[in-house]
Amino acid sequence: MNILVLLKMVPDVIEELEVAPDGKALDTEFLRLIINERDAHALEEALLLKEKHGGQVTVLALDAPEVDDTLFTALAKGADRAVKITALEPGLTTRATASRLAQVLPTVPNLCPADLILTGCQAIDDLDGMLAPLLACELDRPYLGLVSRVEADPAAQKATVLKEYPGGVHGEFEVPTPAVLGIQAAEKPPRYIPVAKVRAVMKSQTIESVPVPPTADAGPPAVEVLQLAKPEATTHAEMLEGSPEEVAAKLGEILAARGVL
Amino acid sequence: MAGNIWVLADHWRGQLSEITYELLVLGRELAAEAGGSLQAILLGHNVKDLAAGLGAADSVLCVDLPELAEPSADVYGQVLAQLFQAKQPQTLLVPLTNALWEVVGVLPAQLQIPFVNFCLDAKMVAGQIRARCLLYGGKMEATVTAPGPVLLGILSGARLADQGRAEKAPAVEEVAVTPPGSSRVRFKQYIEAEAGDVDITQQEVLVSVGRGIQTQDNIALAQELADAFGGAVSGSRPVIDQGWLPLSRQVGKSGASVKPKLYLACGISGAPEHVEGMRNAALIVAVNTDPQAPIFNVAHYGVVADIFEVLPVLTEEIRRRQASRAA
Ligand SMILES: Cc1cc2nc3c(=O)[nH]c(=O)nc-3n(C[C@H](O)[C@H](O)[C@H](O)COP(=O)(O)OP(=O)(O)OC[C@H]3O[C@@H](n4cnc5c(N)ncnc54)[C@H](O)[C@@H]3O)c2cc1C
Ligand SMILES: Nc1ncnc2c1ncn2[C@@H]1O[C@H](COP(=O)(O)O)[C@@H](O)[C@H]1O
Repeated sequence: MNILVLLKMVPDVIEELEVAPDGKALDTEFLRLIINERDAHALEEALLLKEKHGGQVTVLALDAPEVDDTLFTALAKGADRAVKITALEPGLTTRATASRLAQVLPTVPNLCPADLILTGCQAIDDLDGMLAPLLACELDRPYLGLVSRVEADPAAQKATVLKEYPGGVHGEFEVPTPAVLGIQAAEKPPRYIPVAKVRAVMKSQTIESVPVPPTADAGPPAVEVLQLAKPEATTHAEMLEGSPEEVAAKLGEILAARGVL
Repeated sequence: MAGNIWVLADHWRGQLSEITYELLVLGRELAAEAGGSLQAILLGHNVKDLAAGLGAADSVLCVDLPELAEPSADVYGQVLAQLFQAKQPQTLLVPLTNALWEVVGVLPAQLQIPFVNFCLDAKMVAGQIRARCLLYGGKMEATVTAPGPVLLGILSGARLADQGRAEKAPAVEEVAVTPPGSSRVRFKQYIEAEAGDVDITQQEVLVSVGRGIQTQDNIALAQELADAFGGAVSGSRPVIDQGWLPLSRQVGKSGASVKPKLYLACGISGAPEHVEGMRNAALIVAVNTDPQAPIFNVAHYGVVADIFEVLPVLTEEIRRRQASRAA
């Protein structure tokens, strides 16, 4: 079966995030971009499906700093093909991305129809729409999100899919393929790949670049960002300072006073 | 009618969810600002009884059809698009819940209107929605605006649910729609959660570990502290994804909602999906090396420190206090 996995580069939130001088976006100068965590799970699920059923896994990403590293890493993990969409105007919104992807995917040779398009269930920088359902609408395919297991039945052109609900409950669904699935978690943690192997792949394999021409299609009115800032906390923790021993003693007092001990 | 605010009610397995009440509180504020009324939208099958719980709204628009028994992007999208065309509300508030996830996702396309995700707050400014959204795992907040009508995806915790419960029964209007086709995605069954060795919702003390714990072996440090309290260890999603703790120990949106006397967050950043499951704990203490970690905005007490330095010393302190209490 053929699987297309969409990978998005997002800021590494473990680093300190700074706002650009215009006060409306992140300062990109020192920004480190990494793969959106859920997308690594989407890739892992795709690789597990390929191991079971054969076929091809293609990873696709929009051009962004560090994106080549991410695509080569995906190839080193076992993806067969990596596609980079270039020549897009910067700062494309999720909605614009969905319609541009719907426009370009059918034009890339041997890409569509993929039996499954897997995305992460959510990206941490999403503001104006969720990509997977929007893309599913544009391509007129069924969609399910928050997926944590995919049992494919390629012969019957369907998949049995588990979706997460609160409290550890799962819903079982039957999804006809081709379909779009937003992956919450792969069945196994995403595999680790040594840097040396990624380096080797950089020498032996290539990334296909596919340019997308600009479009005049405006779509619905856009969401306008007025300001981006660190959250104005209505409450903030009272901070306890000192050596670990001093902090522990203070906490001990507080917990005793609160009747926790 | 222009100016009306709609709240899409979330109900799952026969019960209205807490977030529905939270949205009704926010919706009431917006309706007052927009000079319209507040209407709850109730879709499902055999759900008329649930309408009684939506008294905080001026009225309930209800569509009750067998095809709507489980939320599905295909059929809910079709039905909501029909309602929307017919009644033209100013703003539609939708809860970002697991049950409605796909429905929320397709609505911007179905209705062809702007969507604003991760909203924690909204108000009307000069007749237009202005919303505050939590991005980047809770580390940044965007203030955004969009011309109406707008679809707002609301995070859990935007308002206090209790203020959205009302005794009075609302007026219920059953709306007839052109029957939607059947959903391509077919719901088959729910698979109940596997019972864990401990029920974290019943614990008085939870020592909760996040990605900062680094390895499965290090969880022993948290277990020792939990033992000193007579409590249990819980965790955030990455710890469960790695298989270091079972799913029954996960706190948050797709895990458990917990309300212990003490929730000690160790190496947890405080992403909205985690906070959703623990913000109602009586006392929250967070230990994190990053002074900017959003967890400090929900914790009562915070320590900027390495958990590997704090945990063992704190365990000793608690053991000493428990021993002297027992003596
Ligand atoms: C639909 C959906 C549902 C989700 N459901 C859940 C859910 O139910 N529960 C849940 O938890 N998440 C859930 N998530 C994931 C959530 O968005 C976050 O990714 C997750 O909560 C982050 O976990 P974390 O805080 O442990 O990791 P991180 O965000 O990586 O944070 C780790 C923290 O540890 C700190 N740290 C590192 N080393 C140390 C040290 N030595 N000492 C002290 N501090 C240290 C870092 O500063 C950082 O703040 C969900 C996501 C989605 C999209
Ligand atoms: N610009 C993008 N490039 C590639 N994939 C994307 C992009 N935006 C979103 N996606 C995919 O869609 C998922 C959900 O993103 P979002 O809808 O933005 O929350 C991500 O995890 C990716 O898999």
